Amino acid sequence: MGGWAIAVHGGAGVDPNLPAERQEEAKQLLTRCLNLGIVALRSNVSAIDVVELVIRELETDPLFNSGRGSALTEKGTVEMEASIMDGTKRRCGAVSGITTVKNPISLARLVMDKSPHSYLAFSGAEDFARKQGVEIVDNDYFVTDDNVGMLKLAKEANSILFDYRIPPMGCAGAAATDSPIQMNGLPISIYAPETVGCVVVDGEGRCAAGTSTGGLMNKMMGRIGDSPLIGAGTYASELCGVSCTGEGEAIIRATLARDVSAVMEYKGLNLQEAVDYVIKHRLDEGFAGLIAVSNKGEVVCGFNSNGMFRGCATEDGFMEVAIWE
Amino acid sequence: MVGWAIALHGGAGDIPIDLPDERRIPRETALRHCLDLGVSALKSGEPPLDVAELVVRELENHPDFNAGKGSVLTTQGTVEMEASIMEGKTKRCGAVSGLTTVVNPISLARLVMEKTPHIYLAFDAAEAFARAHGVETVDSSHFITPENIARLKQAKEFNRVQLDYTAPTPPKELENCGDSQIGTVGCVAVDSAGNLASATSTGGYVNKMVGRIGDTPVIGAGTYANHLCAVSATGKGEEIIRGTVARDVAALMEYKGLSLTEAAAYVVDQSVPRGSCGLVAVSARGEVTMPFNTTGMFRACATEDGYSEMAIWPNN
Repeated sequence: MGGWAIAVHGGAGVDPNLPAERQEEAKQLLTRCLNLGIVALRSNVSAIDVVELVIRELETDPLFNSGRGSALTEKGTVEMEASIMDGTKRRCGAVSGITTVKNPISLARLVMDKSPHSYLAFSGAEDFARKQGVEIVDNDYFVTDDNVGMLKLAKEANSILFDYRIPPMGCAGAAATDSPIQMNGLPISIYAPETVGCVVVDGEGRCAAGTSTGGLMNKMMGRIGDSPLIGAGTYASELCGVSCTGEGEAIIRATLARDVSAVMEYKGLNLQEAVDYVIKHRLDEGFAGLIAVSNKGEVVCGFNSNGMFRGCATEDGFMEVAIWE
Repeated sequence: MVGWAIALHGGAGDIPIDLPDERRIPRETALRHCLDLGVSALKSGEPPLDVAELVVRELENHPDFNAGKGSVLTTQGTVEMEASIMEGKTKRCGAVSGLTTVVNPISLARLVMEKTPHIYLAFDAAEAFARAHGVETVDSSHFITPENIARLKQAKEFNRVQLDYTAPTPPKELENCGDSQIGTVGCVAVDSAGNLASATSTGGYVNKMVGRIGDTPVIGAGTYANHLCAVSATGKGEEIIRGTVARDVAALMEYKGLSLTEAAAYVVDQSVPRGSCGLVAVSARGEVTMPFNTTGMFRACATEDGYSEMAIWPNN
């Protein structure tokens, strides 16, 4: 054992009717990001730097729910959040309410490295971004046609759900009958969390983790989920790095990312056992998934949701990109 | 022995031993008053969630603690308040940040928990949510006290992020104090059926950047409750976040079988640097603990079997 390892995810909870081309697109993106990370790791780039560069790539690509391609708020705008953690000294940085910063994960990193604080949000975070000279764009940049369509469906589904006189069919239509799977109260075809994340252990055994998202489709403005919360969506220690995705509220209640490390630290479980344990015992009725690496070069993915977009690779040549169980 | 228990804090930090009477006595009186309020409520059978909320509301309303009225100021001289609340049995929770006009942030956190499908709302949207629900709001000047205007001035003069319990002293002494701690208020409670709840509220750091979020609204950092215990932490927010303090107390009990007192002591000793943190915690069995690694922590607690304590510095 030992050596570097990397995992990426593009969200837990996948529509079983997702068209084949979309599945293929997703796998290609995950593969591309993994390869970016692998090349960096082979050049001895540190774990924290690899996490950042891989997530930047995921944010820039419009496919998943982060950066460009983020889910939309109830007002049709984008509000992004992200967090990053360096296991070595458990330094961390997080941002929420980001509307014009092209790469939220890099802003989170700057909060960690260049501010006296750990978490900045909304206008304060945007001001900090400008002072740091990060790349700024209009909020429109992040909005995709796909998501404008999804928002419409989400609003319709919500009004149907809340109007008990109408049977739960309607506009979500065929999709709803074919996939009765729900997450956060919406049919999975609409919910599609697709938060992104990356965890890395480098050749020196240093672990790091990061997570980035646009949040819940049709969310209330100002709603903060698990992705920017250290201990919930992201965590890294000397032992491991963890990034979670799925139902944000369930992940927060479970302090999911922290618990992976806690059971390793306090119960002496290994990475696989720790991931299995938290997925089985910490989520109650919630659905979520996570990716994790250990300082021993191990990588594990775990989820109780219907699939999770994921990819992982280790120094000894193992590589896998998958969506389903 | 299983009975009710309650503990509350008004912040851990570098509280000078020679704190003048006019600054010490009002706080001691407030701690006793809030403890009495909480104890009466528990004795009348109020659920711990209600008790924790009402005690924190009282502390928020008191101008001498760094929450609600009396919140420390951001670098722009404004107030940005945050709070969170958690119910142990169900692990339901609610959090708010960036409040500027809501009189009782802890109650808004509770509303988020009970009236939305979400856990955490912040800034403009949290304020709009408050108005939509008819929550009491006032002009934000209500929260600003002369003491905190002076603290901000002092912090700016020393050009460093400072925590509010540093007495105005010459720079030389400040160097010796290092980074002293900030206030926050919190309350944890348990009833004789083992129902647990935790609530924490704060104005944050003196001279903090606008938009800075600390540990207080981060579930698992400043606040946590499950079926074993309820915890509310205070101190240097950034350290409490890294140390996932409130969650770790419960995690140590759960995963390592430590008692409440052992778990809390471990976290305060090992998971955070010296001088950065204190917490109050109660267990499902009616135990209470209030460890801190700072010079002092404004605190009070009581248990059903008649024990009660109110203190600022370590009991020697």
